[in-house]
Amino acid sequence: MSDYRDEITSKLEDAFQQKKALQIKAGSTKQFYGRDIYAEELALTDHTGIIEYEPSELYITARSGTPLREIEQAIAEQHQILPCEPPYFGANATLGGTVACGLAGPRRVNAGSVRDCILGTEILNGKGELLRFGGKVMKNVAGYDVSRLICGALGTLGVLMSVSLRLLPKPACEQTIVLTLDSNAAINKMNLWTNTPMPISATFYDGHDLYIRLSSSLSAIEACKKEIGGESIDEKDIFWTNIKEQTHNFFISDKPLWRISVPPNTETLNISGENAIEWNGALRWHKSDADENSIRTEAERVGGHATLFKGNTTDQVFHPLSKPSMKLHKKLKQVLDPVGILNPGKMFAEL
Amino acid sequence: MRGSISTTDLAKQFHNVLPKDAVLDKDEQLRPYECDALTAYRQLPRLALLPSKIEEIQAIVKICKEYKIPIVARGAGTSLSGGALPHADGILLNLAKLNKIIEIDVHNRTATVQPGVRNLAISEAAEPHGLYYAPDPSSQIACTIGGNIAENSGGVHCLKYGLTLHNILALKILTVDGEILELGGKNLDSSGFDLLALMIGSEGMLGITLEATVKLLPHPHDRKVLLAAFDQIQKAGDAVNGIISKGVIPAGLEMLDQLTIQATEMYCSPGYPSNAAAILICELDGFDEELETQVQLVKKILIDHQAIEVRVAKDNQEAELFWLGRKASFPALGNLTPDYYCMDGTIPRKHLAHVLESISNLSVKHSLRVANVFHAGDGNLHPVILYDANVPGELETAEKLGGEILELCVEVGGTITGEHGVGVEKLNQMCVQFSDAELNTFHAIKAAFDEDGLLNPGKAIPTLHRCAEFGAMHVHHGKLPHPDIPRF
Ligand SMILES: Cc1cc2nc3c(=O)[nH]c(=O)nc-3n(C[C@H](O)[C@H](O)[C@H](O)COP(=O)(O)OP(=O)(O)OC[C@H]3O[C@@H](n4cnc5c(N)ncnc54)[C@H](O)[C@@H]3O)c2cc1C
Repeated sequence: MSDYRDEITSKLEDAFQQKKALQIKAGSTKQFYGRDIYAEELALTDHTGIIEYEPSELYITARSGTPLREIEQAIAEQHQILPCEPPYFGANATLGGTVACGLAGPRRVNAGSVRDCILGTEILNGKGELLRFGGKVMKNVAGYDVSRLICGALGTLGVLMSVSLRLLPKPACEQTIVLTLDSNAAINKMNLWTNTPMPISATFYDGHDLYIRLSSSLSAIEACKKEIGGESIDEKDIFWTNIKEQTHNFFISDKPLWRISVPPNTETLNISGENAIEWNGALRWHKSDADENSIRTEAERVGGHATLFKGNTTDQVFHPLSKPSMKLHKKLKQVLDPVGILNPGKMFAEL
Repeated sequence: MRGSISTTDLAKQFHNVLPKDAVLDKDEQLRPYECDALTAYRQLPRLALLPSKIEEIQAIVKICKEYKIPIVARGAGTSLSGGALPHADGILLNLAKLNKIIEIDVHNRTATVQPGVRNLAISEAAEPHGLYYAPDPSSQIACTIGGNIAENSGGVHCLKYGLTLHNILALKILTVDGEILELGGKNLDSSGFDLLALMIGSEGMLGITLEATVKLLPHPHDRKVLLAAFDQIQKAGDAVNGIISKGVIPAGLEMLDQLTIQATEMYCSPGYPSNAAAILICELDGFDEELETQVQLVKKILIDHQAIEVRVAKDNQEAELFWLGRKASFPALGNLTPDYYCMDGTIPRKHLAHVLESISNLSVKHSLRVANVFHAGDGNLHPVILYDANVPGELETAEKLGGEILELCVEVGGTITGEHGVGVEKLNQMCVQFSDAELNTFHAIKAAFDEDGLLNPGKAIPTLHRCAEFGAMHVHHGKLPHPDIPRF
């Protein structure tokens, strides 16, 4: 547990003076995500420690370099969870990296995104000024919501120093069932069930089987199982860990991996190659050699967007923005990072 | 230059793009817009405009941009922070006519609506499909989704189902430069920065909401409502913490203090235990079996916290009765007093007992009664200060008392506004909650969207100059609470 804020601040102040680009780095588990950039490293690895954990208040505040594992262990002891079930993608994943990438796991469908569980952040802007937004309470509308704007901005708007996250009680019981269905039937079923109050906390379709996780009391789960049918599987924790961490067989491939975010009830996408489905249909993974444009066009056709999650990430990774949106992105970048030294180009070449 | 065009000429410009009856310029036509639900602040706009089409709004904004005329958007005018208070040099843009529900998409569980659609109208339209829109401000029969988005409004059920922020999927925004921004979608995330999050709660200062796509939820399987009475408000505060730390997230968890209980009894006779110093109303929802276990658990926790009485509603009718007094609290308190002033701080729950006690001390100190009826589960306080505006100085005392309550909230690690917004009301307290560098960032964000400062100018973010004066005043009176306490 150590506070390196002063050191990090002075490094940033120097970089600001010299207009020297920095690549923010903590656990190096999600470097693959976003565009490749080359700049001097600003390491947050040592800036660690849980600052405050109040189980009865359902929040935790920790420094950005704190290992995600340390946080999950501490809250597990109090039977609590991070609602967004974030992936690690490696043993050294940190809180800061998790928030900067804003990637949620299977529980996203009913417990919200990373941004949804952010209560407050403390950041250093591109001039090395310490800024605090939000706080420790859920209901807080003072000032613009910069702490949630920062989430998922891949470090391009500020260096996260500490974050407060909302927690949830661990569900009393979880079970997973599996059904064999074709793709469109699976999409249809997931959305029919989600239109009922059944406590579905994760879904995954691998092209052949549909896996559904239920989280509630044992009796409620039994009642839902009757309604859904299918068979129980017993390796439930490992199964969902494999989905979250992309160590499931589907994800093991040399092909480019596309992450396509679409309205949940969208029919199977017209993209060559194998695909898998999460989030009741709202998240589609495609292993595909198809050309970038055709994939992006298909995503747009159904009202979604496509991210090149793994592959040749030297060029465009995220879905191109509209002109007015890019104009605003540039202005906001200018507000928080006036000389453009924080992870420049990580999200878009222009930012 | 701002205001360099005469109001008559300005009206002519608007007549070119709007139907005749959509441009209001007479005093009696403007009067209804002079304030929102924070009636202590009043200001007539130069003109009020009533567009009924998106194209008309675009034309209005174009004219305002050209002549640098401030624009204050208005939904239903129920803001409690003066968010919709007109600007003396500006126009008031009433969006109430844009009240179409564009689409209910049952299978994606979304509703796409125009900004003037009332909050409750969305749930009513979704009802035939067994769906509803979760955020339910007490003003939901009147307030609009445009206003809800601007304020990031909450409600009784946001403890479990989230604020407006968690329930908006997409927005179509008109910038003051006349550009349309499409943010989000029926999917769960979007490319680039999370502008949707930035827009929600920005108090109409960054853009005008033209359309919103909201998330719909299926109704819970079943619900149960409990009512518990306590002989000390502190015990009720501790019971709130007890419930949540046992892993229960109620759909709603509300507290009423003695003054409120008495007021509601006189107003609508909900039959609350009359000897109580405080009551808690706890709504639980879920599946039958799960729900019953939770009811038993919560009942036990309440008794362990020395509740003097615990009731479990046996049917829907009794549940409604439990809620009746809570829902009627504000009008009921209104009956006790010529005027009241409703505050909105949030604190970490563990400080409930301490803060309630301090509020009661402040009430004695300023000789004004304060009632407390609030979202206890979220730690979102609504101290209601009873005063009489006709007594010289009482409004000022009420405001001073209110300000001190909010500063107390900041002192214990909370915030000056949980759901009502800063508006014109809490500008001074913003100086307590944020540093100069943070306020500068807010101003720069505002300028990134609206460089001429035309959208709802002067609201939500105080100038540094104002803060300097406020700070000086405070130190002079020796009241700035613990300036050295970190505010995160
Ligand atoms: C009796 C009562 C009970 C209340 N209970 C609650 C409660 O439980 N929870 C809660 O959170 N609030 C509550 N409120 C406060 C208020 O109802 C909310 O803030 C509500 O969201 C305001 O909606 P409105 O349509 O009345 O907006 P208005 O008051 O008209 O405007 C509010 C703000 O929104 C802006 N605005 C409106 N429409 C647009 C648009 N289309 N684009 C851009 N900006 C826009 C305005 O400029 C203004 O800044 C209550 C108010 C009253 C009077």
